Amino acid sequence: MELFLYTALFSPLVGSLFAALFGASPKTKIAGIVPSILLGVSFLSSFILLILVMVTGHTIHVEMMTWMATGDLYIPFGFVVDQVSVTMMIVVTLVSTVVHVYAIGYMEHDKGFNRFFSYLSAFVFSMMILVMSDNFAGLFIGWEGVGLCSWLLIGFWYHKESASWAANEAFIMNRIADLGMLIGIFMIYWNTGTLQYKEAFAVMPSLEHDVLTWMGIFLFIGAMGKSAQFPLHTWLADAMEGPTPVSALIHAATMVTAGVYLVVRAHPLYDLIPNVGLFIASLGAFVALFAASMALVNRDMKRVIAYSTLSQLGYMFAAAGLGAYWVALFHLMAHAFFKALLFLGAGNVMHAMHDELDPFKMGGLRKVMKGTFVMMTVASVALAGIFPLAGFFSKDLILEVAFVEQHYIIYTVLLFTAGLTAFYSFRLVALIFHGEDRYKLFGIHPHEAYKFMLVAMSPLLILAIIAGSLKLSYFEMITKLLPIIEYHVHHPAVYWTMIIGTQLFVITAIAYAYKKYTRKDIKVPDGTSKMENSFVYKLLINQYYIPYFYETYIIKAYRDLSEVFWIKVDQKIVDATVDGIANVFYQTGEKTRVMQSGNLSTMLKWMVAGTVVLLSLAVVFGLAARHSGEIKMFLSGLGV
Amino acid sequence: MEIGLNHYLVLSTILFAIGLVGVMRRKNLLMLFFATEILLNSVNISFAAISHYYGDLTGQMFAFFVIAIAASEVAVGLGLLIVWHKKHNNIDLDSMSTMRG
Amino acid sequence: MFEAVAFYLFAFLTISMFYIAVTTSQALYAISSLAAGMIFISAFFFILGADFLGAIQIVVYSGAVMALYAFGMMFFDTTRDVKEKHGNKVIVIGLSIISAVLIVLIVGAPIVGSNIEALYPITEGAGNTQEVGMVLFTKYLVPFEVAAVMLLVAMISGIVLAGKKMDLSLTLMNEQEILKMREEDKTKKVLS
Repeated sequence: MELFLYTALFSPLVGSLFAALFGASPKTKIAGIVPSILLGVSFLSSFILLILVMVTGHTIHVEMMTWMATGDLYIPFGFVVDQVSVTMMIVVTLVSTVVHVYAIGYMEHDKGFNRFFSYLSAFVFSMMILVMSDNFAGLFIGWEGVGLCSWLLIGFWYHKESASWAANEAFIMNRIADLGMLIGIFMIYWNTGTLQYKEAFAVMPSLEHDVLTWMGIFLFIGAMGKSAQFPLHTWLADAMEGPTPVSALIHAATMVTAGVYLVVRAHPLYDLIPNVGLFIASLGAFVALFAASMALVNRDMKRVIAYSTLSQLGYMFAAAGLGAYWVALFHLMAHAFFKALLFLGAGNVMHAMHDELDPFKMGGLRKVMKGTFVMMTVASVALAGIFPLAGFFSKDLILEVAFVEQHYIIYTVLLFTAGLTAFYSFRLVALIFHGEDRYKLFGIHPHEAYKFMLVAMSPLLILAIIAGSLKLSYFEMITKLLPIIEYHVHHPAVYWTMIIGTQLFVITAIAYAYKKYTRKDIKVPDGTSKMENSFVYKLLINQYYIPYFYETYIIKAYRDLSEVFWIKVDQKIVDATVDGIANVFYQTGEKTRVMQSGNLSTMLKWMVAGTVVLLSLAVVFGLAARHSGEIKMFLSGLGV
Repeated sequence: MEIGLNHYLVLSTILFAIGLVGVMRRKNLLMLFFATEILLNSVNISFAAISHYYGDLTGQMFAFFVIAIAASEVAVGLGLLIVWHKKHNNIDLDSMSTMRG
Repeated sequence: MFEAVAFYLFAFLTISMFYIAVTTSQALYAISSLAAGMIFISAFFFILGADFLGAIQIVVYSGAVMALYAFGMMFFDTTRDVKEKHGNKVIVIGLSIISAVLIVLIVGAPIVGSNIEALYPITEGAGNTQEVGMVLFTKYLVPFEVAAVMLLVAMISGIVLAGKKMDLSLTLMNEQEILKMREEDKTKKVLS
């Protein structure tokens, strides 16, 4: 079985290195095909492992080799395949395989084709390390690895100013959060003496409550950065500067869910500190609403989907914070499928529209892009949570959790957000695929994407439809590791009222979106309409002025501070010191250069002078050695 | 009045100082050689004195070798001096400044 | 008493001779006083019982080294006054005196010398020459041989440096070449 583990882990690395071989050469199809095949292999191995874990209930734990062993610190390259990590492995390998195949078509005309696949496979490898590691150190390595690959891929079109800016923003924000996570890891090592999950969690119940609380908070700060939770959320929307397959894989399905994975993985810790859990849940609910509201008005197709991702991450954290870890993981899985599908569909539309992102400039595309239309509609339905698609099961479960746990405020917020989700998803679908053919005004001739791209997307389509029906078998599997909590609203009347009410609410929202955005008189907004000048619209389109706030009060202040330090401290003190030291030597050399006059007579005099110096040293040291006792007494008298 | 080891050592030091004065003030290379001879001889005195007062022959042995070295130094030094004189027609120390940095 | 008188007398003589040697501007005075100083130094050796060393001192310095210097002086024609411009006298005298004082301080200080045991003790009942021979040809045989080789090297290098046409070999030249060389020598004015 270890063979499958290693295959699943290392074939992406092999693929990455293979593609990297062609990094400098012009585009070669093989640099895309081989990594895709290797990822397929990785997926198959993961699938076999899933079956194994599901059927037998065994988990696999291997130690490949020792990594660090110094004193009490022992960190191996250890990997674990249990119910949680196998879920993540399946999600990661499946989505990345689909995205790889898709990207062969999508990146067809790009000069950096080979490079792209190298980065993408390296990302998958890092992600596998992240989810499969059996200790926090390995997790951190993977964590940084995905951060690096994310930076490389967001800034893939580095010649674009905005892309490299977005890449740096993502990287720096993650760095801030990673510091928190690192502190958390240090605290764990400090207090438990180990970084292995199992041993560390075994010690935790005996620790002080305060210590555990801080541990939980710092680890969650790391999760907040990676999963783009408020207030570190701004990078995710800007990360859409990267190629669309990247957005689908990294910024929707896998990397951003690493934070959720961390919380789920550390559930023994969070079980001990319910206050922090409640905070996580509240923050999750807030972000869900917050992000959804920004998605309502945004006019950039990919950003809308990015905000939707943010919102769904909020749902996951809400579930995880309330202790329903398996629900969070289930929503993570379902979300990965339909969100990747949505993104890839958006990629098709973008390609067709020649990189136009404003849905107001599209419209009526269903006639030319049938396949994409179906897929995006299904994905949106799944996202909205309509029975019987994936989103219905996972999202309703989260609502139920909030209700059963009697956090009615969180429940209300999440329910309202569900309506918003449905509205903005179908606003997008309506604007892109229905209504007048507004794109004709801009002289664009859209065309459907390649067949094989659509075929590649189809596994996601199927899973977006049927993932919900796997709920029971998944529950059976996952609860062998995670706490068994079933959420049932006990009163059947209440239960059915809730389900039907939610469905009706969502369907109303969809209908309203359709009615509003399929009208014939939809025009490209030009900033003159009454709505666009309202305060709320401005607040939302400017993302609550948070990027503006960061820019003015943090980045600018930091820059000013840096400038002060640069001019006052660096130049005046540090540089001056260094220059001064150099100057001393320079001047000494300049002065003593005269000694080397080449005149032998002078040299002889210097030689004698040197002898005198040496002789006096001999005398001084001789005296010091003779009187060492007295000197020591004298010094101790001075208090040295 | 007993003559002790220190008397000899002081004498040797005085002679050494005279030699140093010579080394430093002479510009003529031949005269410089004279001064070095003085230095070597002053050391020989202290060797012989120490040998005597400690009842050990090692000091005398060293003195022999110092004499041998002085003799060969004179031979080679004079040879070089002659070559220099042939080339430049003087043996002035200040004329040798090829080591100027 | 006799020893003390002899020591002070010869000390005074040696110091004055060497002082003349380093201060006079007449090369002839310098070499004469140097030779005299060397001989006076041998007197100390005799006082100290190192007879063989004293004899060697006279033979080597007065006989060989001084002769070499005398030949050298003839070669350089330094019978005339040696012109020397003197630099800062204070520095020269000061440095010498300071170093002398320091050395005196060092050697005058009570050193850990009381428990030094003689490595090659003077054998009773044998003359100095005999003792020196015994030590020199047993314990110091290798340095002695090395010194001999060094003297040989010095001799050869002295000859090579000072000799003329040492890069030519008469044995490797035939008659015509030797004759031609002689003709050239005759026509050329001999310098120095």
